[in-house]
Amino acid sequence: METTGRFKLFIGAANRNRILFPFFSLITLIVVSAIVSPYFLTVINIKHLLAQVAIVAVLAVGETYVILTGGIDLAPGSLLALGGAATAALIKWVGLPIPIGILGGLFIGALAGAANGLLVARVRIPSFIVTLAMLAIGRGATLVLTNGRPITGFPHGVSVIASYIGPIPVLIIIVFVVYVLAQLVLSYTKLGRYIYAIGGNEQAVRIVGINVNRVKLFVFIFSGVCAALGGIMMDARLDSATPTAGQGYELDAIAASVLGGVSFTGGVGSLTGTFMGALIMTILGNLLNLLGVAAFYQYIAKGMILIIAAISLSRGVRYAK
Amino acid sequence: MKGVSKRFGGVHALEKVDFSLGKDEVVGLIGDNGAGKSTLIKMLAGVYRPDDGEILFEGRQVEIHNPKEAKSLGIETVYQELALVDNLDIPANIFLGREPTFRIPWLGIIDGQEMERHARQILERLKIKINSMHSPVLNLSGGQRQAVAISRALYSNPKVMIMDEPTAALAVKEVNKVLDLIVQLKKSGVSVIFISHTLQNTFSVSDRVVILRKGQKVGDIATDKTTPDEVVKLMVGAEEAPTGVV
Ligand SMILES: Nc1ncnc2c1ncn2[C@@H]1O[C@H](COP(=O)(O)OP(=O)(O)OP(=O)(O)O)[C@@H](O)[C@H]1O
Ligand SMILES: [Mg+2]
Repeated sequence: METTGRFKLFIGAANRNRILFPFFSLITLIVVSAIVSPYFLTVINIKHLLAQVAIVAVLAVGETYVILTGGIDLAPGSLLALGGAATAALIKWVGLPIPIGILGGLFIGALAGAANGLLVARVRIPSFIVTLAMLAIGRGATLVLTNGRPITGFPHGVSVIASYIGPIPVLIIIVFVVYVLAQLVLSYTKLGRYIYAIGGNEQAVRIVGINVNRVKLFVFIFSGVCAALGGIMMDARLDSATPTAGQGYELDAIAASVLGGVSFTGGVGSLTGTFMGALIMTILGNLLNLLGVAAFYQYIAKGMILIIAAISLSRGVRYAK
Repeated sequence: MKGVSKRFGGVHALEKVDFSLGKDEVVGLIGDNGAGKSTLIKMLAGVYRPDDGEILFEGRQVEIHNPKEAKSLGIETVYQELALVDNLDIPANIFLGREPTFRIPWLGIIDGQEMERHARQILERLKIKINSMHSPVLNLSGGQRQAVAISRALYSNPKVMIMDEPTAALAVKEVNKVLDLIVQLKKSGVSVIFISHTLQNTFSVSDRVVILRKGQKVGDIATDKTTPDEVVKLMVGAEEAPTGVV
């Protein structure tokens, strides 16, 4: 399959075919949704959808970085709540200006991510275990911080984050900027190159003298910051930081990456794919809502989608060899 | 290397081994599976630190703490396990860890065109033809992969080139190419340590052979003063080493 040089560079040669699966799945899903629900393509539903996909998508960026190195991050759902609550507390309780409160929340996310990264890279505990522990610790810390109650009613400035410029939600603009920057880093910088390389053959990367630990530390910090950013976006949307926010979102973040063609053994994938994956997960939820399917069944549906994606994509890899 | 030892837990991978390599010399390192060949060269490459003994380089005692220090001394290695990153393309593999970047501080933006240009030059110098520079190296043949690994090592003009079984799993034609490469390296003033299980190959390119058995050196002979038969006997220990050559 031939693609133009520019496109090839942007998504990486190895990722060309993997982008097709999410692309066609997404198109199919949109067509099906439009047919079964007349409400699906209305402006109001699309606005709502975009705001909703933003939060999943921002968690999925960090998740993709981690998975590309061959790791996994189970903590973003909890760190979303922690970052959101920390920002809320700093603004509402401490009375800090909004930008400082936001930076504070992002910093908490970075700290938790750094703890993950150090334990994975230095102490060499598998990321699955470390971040599972952080899933519990992050949620617990949020409950302690908020005393189990939501923090509500922010100063006016916060709601700007959840407002619209014309029909376009500010949230999706933030996500767009994050995706473009993050993809540029992956495609054009040494750091990005090493993230892919570590996922491909970590031993080889160590042997040439690259500081693998520093790269791993970075991806977990980045994922923590993305999760906290998701939390702040959620604060703005709901005008409230709830201690249970983001529960189960790790599933959406991981599923978005895998659906988007990121290989779960690392080294292959792109954020273009991940964004499509996030759209698929969100539209699927939206469609089930529109059809009146109870939330209980939605969990089952999402879990099954993840497994189906994993099966078809692992096939793809085998054929590629 | 003088009196070098290395243990892994209870395993004595190497015991008090002396090893030397002269300028422009090709030394063949021989030994059965698990004899300690890879362990020996990994200490020169900065992958392992010796538990005991010392390493001298150009007459000075040196400590090689990591692969970077080995490279800065001029020691490059092509590993048995190839150490290519399968999901990356050829230029990315050749330049892994030393990608040319644009001169914008902090960002580390890779100069992809410069990288590709250099990669093509190196491959041309080795007379290696590859059609698709940008498909993952996973898709290359064994010989092509070996060529990429050697190109990577050659890029920094090393003084010493270590090759751990570079001919394993190659078709005969490709093996000959690699052997030619070694001769070319020697001519251009690079010393080579060459590990192979095929004695024929070792004998055809080496000036001297060093034989390891169960972590000990049991032979160190100029190639033209010995025969494959004798070396095999030393290697498996069927016969005590002839006096005077050890
Ligand atoms: N990282 C390690 N940890 C534990 N034991 C090791 C390690 N590396 C090597 N060994 C052991 O040290 C001994 C020497 O291994 P080495 O790899 O040097 O052998 P070799 O001569 O290269 O063999 P081969 O011809 O099979 O490549 C073996 O018994 C091996 O099991
Ligand atoms: Mg070996």
